[in-house]
Amino acid sequence: MPRDFQWKLPGAHLHLKKKEGLLTRIHLDGWLLVALLGLMGCGLLILYSASGSSMQVTLAQIYRFGLALVVMLVVAQVPPRYMRRWAIWVYLATLLALVAVLIIGIDAKGAQRWLVMAGFRFQPSEMMKLALPLMLAAYLSQRHLPPSWKHLGAAACILALPVLLIARQPDLGTSLLVAAAGLVVLFMAGLSWRIIFSFMVLALSALPALWWVMHDYQRNRVLTFLNPERDPLGTGWNIIQSTTAIGSGGLQGKGWLEGTQSRLEFLPERHTDFIIAVLAEETGLIGVTLLLALYLVIIWRGLLIAMSAVGTFSRLLASAVVFTFFVYVFVNIGMVSGLLPVVGVPLPLVSFGGTSSLTLMAGFGVLMSIHTHNSLLNK
Amino acid sequence: MTEFRRQIKDPEKENQIFQFRARLLLLIVVVFMAVLFFRMAYLQVFQYDQHVSRSERNRTNVEAIPPTRGLIYDRNGRLLADNLPSHSLTLTRELAGDVEEVVGRICSFLEMQADCQATLMERSRHRRRPFEPALLLDQLTEKQIAILAVNRHLLPGVEISAQLLRHYPAGEAVAHALGYVGRISAEDLEELDRRAYSGTHYIGKTGVESHYENLLHGEVGYRRVETNARGRVLRVVESEPPRPGVDLTLHLDSQLQEVAYASLRGRKASLVAIEPSTGGILALVSSPSFDPNVFVGSLDDQAFTDLRNDGNLPLFNRASRGQYAPGSVVKPFMGLAGLEMGVIEPDMTMEDPGYFQLPNDDRLYRNWKRNGHGEVDIRRSIEVSNNTFFYSLAYALGIDRIAPYMREFGFGQQTSLDVLGAREGLVPSREWKRENLEELWYPGQTLSTGIGQGYWLTTPLQLATATAVLANKGEWVRPRLLQSAEGEAAEFPDAQARDPVPVMDPQNWNIIHEAMQEVLHGHEGTARFSGEGAAYRIAGKTGTSQVVSLSREFEQLPPEERPEFMRNHAVFMGFAPADNPQIALAIIVENAKGGGSKIAAPIAREVFDAYLTPERLAELEASDAP
Repeated sequence: MPRDFQWKLPGAHLHLKKKEGLLTRIHLDGWLLVALLGLMGCGLLILYSASGSSMQVTLAQIYRFGLALVVMLVVAQVPPRYMRRWAIWVYLATLLALVAVLIIGIDAKGAQRWLVMAGFRFQPSEMMKLALPLMLAAYLSQRHLPPSWKHLGAAACILALPVLLIARQPDLGTSLLVAAAGLVVLFMAGLSWRIIFSFMVLALSALPALWWVMHDYQRNRVLTFLNPERDPLGTGWNIIQSTTAIGSGGLQGKGWLEGTQSRLEFLPERHTDFIIAVLAEETGLIGVTLLLALYLVIIWRGLLIAMSAVGTFSRLLASAVVFTFFVYVFVNIGMVSGLLPVVGVPLPLVSFGGTSSLTLMAGFGVLMSIHTHNSLLNK
Repeated sequence: MTEFRRQIKDPEKENQIFQFRARLLLLIVVVFMAVLFFRMAYLQVFQYDQHVSRSERNRTNVEAIPPTRGLIYDRNGRLLADNLPSHSLTLTRELAGDVEEVVGRICSFLEMQADCQATLMERSRHRRRPFEPALLLDQLTEKQIAILAVNRHLLPGVEISAQLLRHYPAGEAVAHALGYVGRISAEDLEELDRRAYSGTHYIGKTGVESHYENLLHGEVGYRRVETNARGRVLRVVESEPPRPGVDLTLHLDSQLQEVAYASLRGRKASLVAIEPSTGGILALVSSPSFDPNVFVGSLDDQAFTDLRNDGNLPLFNRASRGQYAPGSVVKPFMGLAGLEMGVIEPDMTMEDPGYFQLPNDDRLYRNWKRNGHGEVDIRRSIEVSNNTFFYSLAYALGIDRIAPYMREFGFGQQTSLDVLGAREGLVPSREWKRENLEELWYPGQTLSTGIGQGYWLTTPLQLATATAVLANKGEWVRPRLLQSAEGEAAEFPDAQARDPVPVMDPQNWNIIHEAMQEVLHGHEGTARFSGEGAAYRIAGKTGTSQVVSLSREFEQLPPEERPEFMRNHAVFMGFAPADNPQIALAIIVENAKGGGSKIAAPIAREVFDAYLTPERLAELEASDAP
């Protein structure tokens, strides 16, 4: 390939400085890797405290992180073109698993989310967070963009099917995240602003109707969000205790392992969804800022990769992966700090949980594959 | 086909849109991350103080440590009020899971009555904050404790705790003097210092327990503890031990008290005995009485309701609050007034025709002996309790001289220092009648006053006090229960000392004392049967307190045939030994089948005998000798 043509490739003008190092050879991105490892390290420290100094929980998380890193490494070796080719099969398999969950899934907290396979428990809905953008990106990248009405209709079906299946479990949080992951692909594919605005207006006007289809516990969450003092010892307990934990951390925090709200068990779900409250309580605004900065570095770097990616499929997929990650962060922190109603969304790579960190790291594997295979093109 | 589609795609335009939207996405991300940052900063910086105090309130609990209530002893060091360990059952609703089911199990394990479930459910809600254990049952027996301990695993949130409960070993005999403690009620809460009582469940309700509540209660201690969300105490942050209440020693002689209570034999009656030299109350008995232990600990209101509805008023302290016409026991005081004011001379006699008549009035004021006592002087008229002599004396003195002089002895006034709720009684006077009844004073009323009837009202405590002053020949000692607190002699700094009863001729005391001795030891004495065989001399006076002015119909009947409510009260007052008074007492038996001489005087003798034991008399003799 002639060198001057290379510079005319889409995104080439933004092309990041290439380094022909070990990392590139194994298809990893240094910036992203360091930021992710830093995040995992912080996450483990906070998890150790949040779990009540439980080495057992922390070790389990370390194993998962190890597994997730392996998954990331493996995914990063797969060139984007193979991903595009396999997208339909991954999507269909995950969709099948979602149907299976509804039929033979395991109950947990009044919702069917888990599937047991070969002794492993996993949530197909989590995998859908990656499978859906993969499928949409593969579909749309082969169409004329911005998409025509026909293609848009097909894309909407691809999106709606898993979202509705997940909402049926019921798992509102995940279905919203999956929907967001799909929508961002459509958005990046150049969905016209007219459609976007009319869709937003439609969605806003449909909000009251949502009330009627919501489950009781979901309604309660909304009411509690509007006024936590409505039931301070019941549904309001979580949010009151978490804002108290965050606020009482102040600027410097109460010190690692010294958070009274979490150590004395006032804070619920402290090693899973509400873990940011533990961090905020023990390390204060300084720790929170550091964590937000880490997230920002990861997202920034991810978007940069997406912007510099070669080929529509890669761009769409990369931007969807990054944006989904951001939605995770925003919804979780927003919920724990009382900006959003309580939805079951973990804090990525900090909360204790298996499937979510696996999908997230697989997503970052995709990003790294896009980035490094891009670079290899340049050789 | 694929090639063709590629051709009509416009990669440049696609890329333009994508690059623009990617930047937009980056902007959205930065803005939203900033929102998160400012939200956190708002909570952690602007609302910091509010959240810190909330988290502190979460974390620490101040637990009050109740002080141990002071003990109460009698003058001989016998324990009257003790603190005994008692086991109670508490339930923490948050820890119980299904409260209803746990309560149901408690009821069935302990084989309680049918209403147990409802009662215990109600009690489980009585608490001030979440995770506070609520008291379900009190005073568990050993067996109940064992049953509950065995089934512990079925009773989440249920705890058996031990605490000290007030106990009154002497029971009903001293109930009225000592009073009792009871659970702090809503009304109590309004008046007391909630902080000081934050760990205390009981408060003195009546008697000494109530009057000396401040001394007995002590000072609350506290400990600040760190608890987790389930209310479990993890460590003590700081603490201050409570200061126990002060131990009190009373003038009461519990043995005498018991003898006196027994001597009343369950009648509606009361007795007060005072040590004339100190004013110390040796015995203060009201009958019928009640077991004060019922009020402590028991969560059962039925016992209290029963007592309150009892027609014999066992909860009513007759000794300090019962007001009666004193009857003939006022005669010694009247006699002294007559001698002092020169209305009569010691050897002046008069002929008693069996009645007295006012000038220009046909009405006959009768002696109790219809045909009279013949020739009587002051001594004999006291000995035989002649009415005619005292009608005549009262007429000569006039109400305006009688009333003030009787007040010198404490009649019509509350003089006790620490008897809770003691009543004032009433000495009628011209002014009193004008102010309260808006009527003029009639001379006939002076005559009834002269024999302690009519409007005159006194309490047994007041009568005993007047008797003590009489025994002291006018020296005043205000009656009191408290002898010492924590070994230090009790002082009543606020109490006004009373001047001695004024007398011109001290010899007059002796005349009255001698006459009173004749009541018990003279051959005509109204209480001579009670004076017989005593190892010491008693000075006393019997009386009959009229309940209503008897209609002719009932007057014809002997007392035992009259309906009970129409029967007069039997009264006795006296002191002994007459020449060196150690004990002065007053007795009133309501609606007695007979007067003071038949009913009240024998009781007095029993009490005197119990107090003036041969040993004590020997001691007295020994100390008198030098």
